[in-house]
Amino acid sequence: MDQLSAVFGALADPTRRAILARLTDRDLSVAELTQPFDVSQPAISRHLKVLERAGLISRNRRATARLSHIEGQPLREATEWLARYRAFWDESYARLDELLASLHPDSQG
Amino acid sequence: MGTTKITAIPGTPFIDIEREVAAPRELVHRAYSDPELLRQWLGPRKYEMIVDAWEPADGRRWRYVHRDADGTEYAFHGVFHGPQTVDRMVQTFEFEGAPGYVSLDAVEFIDQGGRTLIRTHSVHQTVEARDAMIEAGMSSGVEEGFERLDELVGRLGQPVAASASS
Repeated sequence: MDQLSAVFGALADPTRRAILARLTDRDLSVAELTQPFDVSQPAISRHLKVLERAGLISRNRRATARLSHIEGQPLREATEWLARYRAFWDESYARLDELLASLHPDSQG
Repeated sequence: MGTTKITAIPGTPFIDIEREVAAPRELVHRAYSDPELLRQWLGPRKYEMIVDAWEPADGRRWRYVHRDADGTEYAFHGVFHGPQTVDRMVQTFEFEGAPGYVSLDAVEFIDQGGRTLIRTHSVHQTVEARDAMIEAGMSSGVEEGFERLDELVGRLGQPVAASASS
């Protein structure tokens, strides 16, 4: 599996996205990450493994806790992946708005 | 101005696009059906669009070309399938730069009382073909979670904005 597929696979799960969102604030231990979720610590550990394999987080041992740290680069690559496709349709539909307005001036808003 | 919602759930061969426009659907359908109108909106402004054939009717072949400022051409063709109505248009879609990689696209026009929701559902032959199509940027995001992804990436700071605009 290539890196981008691993990233998208990892991001497909809502719990893993929630984990990433929490890690944007600061590095956290498994115990801290488990707290708000209605799942077990081993389940969270499995999610962290998937995120780590995708390169979305790294994990360092500090004192007794192993902290998870978010890595920005794979996320940036993932959004760039769809940026041009999105830009194509954003611009097309903006042009369609203008065209429709010119054909039907009283329907704006 | 409306927001374009693009959904491409990882591991599936589908792309869904939703966009609401401020016009009755008969008019929107016309903008999709009349080649002269289509030419005026489909694709980036920087491309010149040449419509070789576009007559929505069952079994008719369509073809158009996007030409950039350098004269580079990106050509697409396909066939209309079934009745092409104000409710729904169905066609195959193929980028001539990747012959044989064909998607089946259905566009629905949903009446919202004077406004219209345009819903496009594309089915690719494989997940890989879909991913490649998106990656090519349709020289030619995703899953609703990816809207949250944009948000997430935004929170990661400045370098994101810089790289996304390049």
